[in-house]
Amino acid sequence: MRYDTDYREARRLLRGPAERAAYAALAAILLLLPFVLPTFYVGELSFIFIMCIASLGLMTLTGFTGQVSLGQAAFVGIGAYVHTQLLTLGLPLPAAMASAAACAALAGLAIGIPAIRVSGLHLAMVTLAFSVVTEHVLGRWKSVTGGHQGLAVPDPALFGWSLAGPLPFYFLCLAVVAIVLLVLLNVMRSATGRAFIGIRDSEAAAQGLGIRVARTKVLAFGLSAGICGLAGALLAHHTQYITPESFGLALSLQLVLMVFIGGMGSLRGAILGAILIGVLPSIISSLKPLLPARLAAQSGVELFVYGGVLTFFVLLEPAGLNGRWLRLRAWLGQFPLVRSTSRRRSKVYMRSERSR
Amino acid sequence: MSAAARPPEGGARVPLGGTREAEGAPVSAAFFEARGLGLSFGGVKAVRDVSFNVEQGEVLAIIGPNGAGKTSLLNLATRVFDPSKGSVHFEGRDITRVPRHDIVRHGIARTFQNIELFEGATVLENLLLGRHRAGHGNLLGQMLNLPSVQRAEAQTRARVEDVVRLLDLAPVRNRPVAELPYGVRKVVELGRALAAEPRLLLLDEPASGLNPDETRQLACWIADIQAELGITVVMVEHDMSLVSSVAQRVVVMDQGSVLMIGKAAEVQSDARVISAYLGA
Repeated sequence: MRYDTDYREARRLLRGPAERAAYAALAAILLLLPFVLPTFYVGELSFIFIMCIASLGLMTLTGFTGQVSLGQAAFVGIGAYVHTQLLTLGLPLPAAMASAAACAALAGLAIGIPAIRVSGLHLAMVTLAFSVVTEHVLGRWKSVTGGHQGLAVPDPALFGWSLAGPLPFYFLCLAVVAIVLLVLLNVMRSATGRAFIGIRDSEAAAQGLGIRVARTKVLAFGLSAGICGLAGALLAHHTQYITPESFGLALSLQLVLMVFIGGMGSLRGAILGAILIGVLPSIISSLKPLLPARLAAQSGVELFVYGGVLTFFVLLEPAGLNGRWLRLRAWLGQFPLVRSTSRRRSKVYMRSERSR
Repeated sequence: MSAAARPPEGGARVPLGGTREAEGAPVSAAFFEARGLGLSFGGVKAVRDVSFNVEQGEVLAIIGPNGAGKTSLLNLATRVFDPSKGSVHFEGRDITRVPRHDIVRHGIARTFQNIELFEGATVLENLLLGRHRAGHGNLLGQMLNLPSVQRAEAQTRARVEDVVRLLDLAPVRNRPVAELPYGVRKVVELGRALAAEPRLLLLDEPASGLNPDETRQLACWIADIQAELGITVVMVEHDMSLVSSVAQRVVVMDQGSVLMIGKAAEVQSDARVISAYLGA
């Protein structure tokens, strides 16, 4: 049981020495890890960080504000292309990244304004259509995007230092993840974050309390798209060569899976989901030798295992990885004294009817 | 700001049954006034030519059989629906056309018949959302968690704790709403409306689904809200024990129109009211 002695203490992100120590240890591990891991895995970790950023962006929109988006890859793509073009024009890295985020955010606002009129499945269709259109524009607008041949991405450099190696790029990604996470944590513990949740759970009540529903939805779209644009800028460096195809439906769906498997409405869930989806292909390929030869030789086995894991989570863990983690932590907290009843899911009462 | 727009001080009660129309002031006479309100959905007339006043400081109950248009009336007052006829006035201002999200800034908060809580959030977050209209800094300040934002949040939290104390919500403060039993949710929703610091509180069937103990507790709270916080209350309610214990005046509705307005005891013995309920 935790007792707050001060209203500010209740808002603090890290409460108590145990939490502070745990997160300090996590930070130390993340800072030391690239020095001990083989280069290949450092690159993979950077990729997971990038996915974390994009997943955090989508979580803001879908997990907190309740707006489904099947077109998030379009914002990642816009970020990647804007970033690459501005770097090629000679802009410094931070300016190019900021512009990439800003352009993606503007695109988010532009799609958000018509999209707020619809919700649920219709909104999913609108965002999907936007994504398809964006992919086509990137493919056809050859003078700017290089068409389907794609664009080479200049190496990242900061104040004259090259960040092209796996190690410096790892720290760049880590820093951006940390900043994005901190910003989102701050938003979510403030009035705007609460308004997001309010709109997700009851628009009628939200309006009655003075929340401007349309404006807040568009804001969530812009914020989410901006964060995904930032992820796109980093992703461009990771792949070193960008083509429209890499920002298609597959990436959008991966992002949706990340937030869903991670656990809707939780920033930790977004990160856990990104980690799981990010490492799953590696795990599957390392498990391949263990399978019978005839099965392993089948071409679709990765997709099959992928689908199996997803089905497992969707059916058996609706609260996502975050829900599993919270229960594990509760179990550890009471370890010698665990009662079977304390693990039982508390009854969820009837959801009230909604008037819009 | 006119004198009538001034928020109430303490528990200033207006004499029961006394209307200020006698003073002859034209627009800004009543605290809250519905003037000739009509609402139709296609051919269905949910509300027909409804007029009544609410005096500052009173508890007014709206009763009537199902489908009488009681909730529609609250929805008209909070701008959920556009009236097809008539106007709504609050503290001397015409609020018939203000945007729906601005109603709370004018000083009106409400609860819903089917609880409309933010289910994915905790009780505390629900109450904090009740104070959304109070300033909490701009988005950039919130992103950076500037000291001004921290101060505003601490202040909001302090005000919300007053509501927690008033309604005994401390034991469930950090529980997710989805886990709470029905009766507690009703209280949380009342708390959320109070957190908005309204001058007029609209309650839509606050006692529906509550057991007799909870209803008695609710009656005490409504009396406290009226007497200590000085908030005017308009409630739609079926439970006549609650109505007669807290309401000074009762508006009886039937088929979209006002059948009569009077004290609880008068209304209950009126032949027209009885026939409306029993369908005789």
